[in-house]
Amino acid sequence: MIKNRDTRLTLLLLIPVLLVLIAYVLYPSLRTIMESLQKEGSMTFGNYSDFFTQESKTNLEALWNSVYISVLSVLVSALIGIPLAFIFNRYDFPGRGFFASAAIMPIVLPSLVGVMAFMFLYGETGLIPNAIKDLFGLDEVPFKIGGISGILIVHAYTMYVYFYMTVSSAINKIDPSLEEAAYNLGANRFKVFWKVTFPLLTPAIVAASLLVFMISMASFSAPFLLAGGFRVLSLQIYFSKINGDMEVAATQSVILSVVSISFLLFMRWYQNRKDYRMASKGIGAHRSEVNNPVLKWILVFTGIVGVIILLLPHFTILLLSLVPDGTWTWQTYPSVFNFENYRLLFQDPNIFKPLKNSLLLSVIATAGNLVFGVLASYVLVKRKFVGKSFVDILVMIPWALPATVIGMNLIFAFNEPTIFSFGNILVGTFWILPLAYFIRHIPLVVRSTNAVLEQLDDSIEEASRSLGAKWFYTFRKVILPIIMPGVLSGTLLAFVESVGEFPTSVLLYTLSNRPISIEIMNQLRMFNMGQAAAYGMIQITLIALVLFISNKFFGVKAEKSLS
Amino acid sequence: MASINIDNVQKAFGKVIAVDHLNLDIKDGEFFTFLGPSGCGKTTTLRMIAGFYYPTKGVVRFGDKDMTRVPPEKRNTGMVFQNYALFPHMTVFENVAFGLRVRKLGSKELNIKVKDVLQKVRLEQYADRQVSQLSGGQQQRVALARALVIEPEILLLDEPLSNLDAKLRDEMRNEILRLQKDYNITTIYVTHDQAEALSMSDRIAVFNFGVCHQVGTPSEIYNEPANDFVAGFIGEINLLPVKISRIEDENILVQVKNGESASELSVRNAPFNYNQENKGNLALSIRPESIKILEKEPEGKNTFKGMVEEVHFFGSLINVVVRAAGLKLQVNALNSGLSRNLQAGAEIWVELPEEQMRIIPVVTGDAS
Repeated sequence: MIKNRDTRLTLLLLIPVLLVLIAYVLYPSLRTIMESLQKEGSMTFGNYSDFFTQESKTNLEALWNSVYISVLSVLVSALIGIPLAFIFNRYDFPGRGFFASAAIMPIVLPSLVGVMAFMFLYGETGLIPNAIKDLFGLDEVPFKIGGISGILIVHAYTMYVYFYMTVSSAINKIDPSLEEAAYNLGANRFKVFWKVTFPLLTPAIVAASLLVFMISMASFSAPFLLAGGFRVLSLQIYFSKINGDMEVAATQSVILSVVSISFLLFMRWYQNRKDYRMASKGIGAHRSEVNNPVLKWILVFTGIVGVIILLLPHFTILLLSLVPDGTWTWQTYPSVFNFENYRLLFQDPNIFKPLKNSLLLSVIATAGNLVFGVLASYVLVKRKFVGKSFVDILVMIPWALPATVIGMNLIFAFNEPTIFSFGNILVGTFWILPLAYFIRHIPLVVRSTNAVLEQLDDSIEEASRSLGAKWFYTFRKVILPIIMPGVLSGTLLAFVESVGEFPTSVLLYTLSNRPISIEIMNQLRMFNMGQAAAYGMIQITLIALVLFISNKFFGVKAEKSLS
Repeated sequence: MASINIDNVQKAFGKVIAVDHLNLDIKDGEFFTFLGPSGCGKTTTLRMIAGFYYPTKGVVRFGDKDMTRVPPEKRNTGMVFQNYALFPHMTVFENVAFGLRVRKLGSKELNIKVKDVLQKVRLEQYADRQVSQLSGGQQQRVALARALVIEPEILLLDEPLSNLDAKLRDEMRNEILRLQKDYNITTIYVTHDQAEALSMSDRIAVFNFGVCHQVGTPSEIYNEPANDFVAGFIGEINLLPVKISRIEDENILVQVKNGESASELSVRNAPFNYNQENKGNLALSIRPESIKILEKEPEGKNTFKGMVEEVHFFGSLINVVVRAAGLKLQVNALNSGLSRNLQAGAEIWVELPEEQMRIIPVVTGDAS
């Protein structure tokens, strides 16, 4: 036996963590790779050569489109997010605080609900184009979104927040004395910005760029509802699966994952290479007041317009949710408003079912995330063992993998009995969805727990043990209570994300466990926008509630762990 | 209460040897200090006594009990950490009571004991405060109370004063000594601050690069340093590389290497002045306060004519840098009023009293 108690304990904690990771992260990924190498019953790279050489070039086109739209998303998001971060963190003007917090509102919109809002706002029959048409007496709507422009606008709206948040926090970490030193040495404003400030922000900008690139490569909801004939890779996987071309779906999944994971690795490498952490303590806020009245009111006016644009989607969903079914058919604008949809939601068992399903599935998945996250994070942060970076990578894989791929991985792994599913076939059962949600949110919970555990000095645990407490007592009475706020805020976030989860749901749901997001899709197909919007409002309220609770009671900026 | 015996202990982290060939006997009730620069192995040794590390080789005993591989929670040591390691989610009372709760003490007895120790550290009115609401010195006292309330056999203090400002540090120094006397508890104190070590300890062990260089009372360590490291680390000192030219009965005559010329110095041949264990390079050490500055040419041995290069005024003390016989010497003179008005450039004589010098081995390799 292993003599050292501590080593024995580490092993005891590590084994379950490793088992879960191997069974539900590594093994499903390997199954997909195996599947992609199968063609007509033999091992071959045939699927891959088909991917690149097929005559119709469908797949290559989809890959190219995915990359193309991701690069554009990065550019547009950066152009919105970076200037906003500067304006809100460097200048003071009336309403700044309000605008700064309104700027993260897109996060409160689950992706599917957000896309839906954009369709109703700016689409063919959208409220805005039609309002403009009527206002100016035009014959046709002046513009409409759809296809690539639609995807891009939705991406820009949701993803500029990543630039805004990372660059904001980088700006606030810059010690003002650095810029003052540059001025003191004789540099002018322009020089100081380009030679001091901007270089210090590059790590944040690069990190945000890579993040946005990965997220838009994986983006599913926006293309799903808006793409039209425009092909992207994440959507092609879904179509291949629907058509039963499982080997093709596997190949597409592997290729999409390779792109995503290489970006993840690049990001890690870059972050380790360039780390300008400031040594200085107690950095004060450093905002200059805008004194020029014209400029000041231009800023305020732009801020107000910006907030309106930002909140229009939320408002649209709220408005639509008040429109009962069958009252808005041929009219340009809805005319009847009441709480009928909400009444049905809580009284009609058929309409309540998806909500109940979503809550139940998410509670199960999140409970798993909580237990696993605390255990994994504790082992990773506080214990020493060989192969830690391997475990670290396993934990991060679900973050790098597009949701569609995680869904496909699970299909390949659990459409047959395995020891990891205790000899059961999970695909087509209730349990596959909570498993998918659990895997999707492993990185989120582990990372938010890591953040609090890393701040917890080792001496706290040592103090407890030297006072005579055994490890388990120490863990229960000292470590858990201290890290709980951080852990809970991460877990709550995982919970609301699970409630809104669409890409894995659409691949894995069954009729009896269909969650909200699937029902939103069904209602949209039946043109019951009201009911779909009511479901959306429930999600928006849940997310807002969680962010509020985290901020208020746990003192944690939960939205930060999203990036 | 217990004595501690550290028997030929080695601790290696991978290939790095943090502590080697360590033998220490710490007596019952003693205030014992581990002194040395950061990374010297003093904290590693303390952590082996606390049980956070197990030695790679050797044995740790408390009294007669072999404690080498006993886990920390079964050692009954009270430890005060550098950052205090107070539990942030508990009040002062709960922090102090933690160790007693672990020991499943009845609530009545627990209350009495916690109140009693809080009174001893003068924090009884803060019992219900959150620890984050306390000042640094108060947090320090909570940490002390928490360690003392479990009536440990040994009190371990890991640089407890390094996070406090100078004035508070003096106050806490006395507080710790008072509590240690009150409880009459074997105490190990880790510090890199030599003034702290000298003023508080019964005995000191001086560490560098994982090796214990000397164990002794503060006066032994200061007056009879075992080698040039100990001499240099504690207080200010003049270290001159020397060679022994000959030994007469009463005196040792040494050659000081000082550039082109060589001067001869005479040192009184006594154990106090001469560490006989030495092989290899030797150095002559003399404290700045032992050198005499004279305005007229004196008679007697070891006198040189020199020039004042710098004068630094410290109030009670005047530090003078003198160049004499090609040597640069630090001299400290007591401030005796305006009578001695030394200035840079002044010509003076210095005397190096033969009974105040000591010949010691060079171990650091850069005493040139």
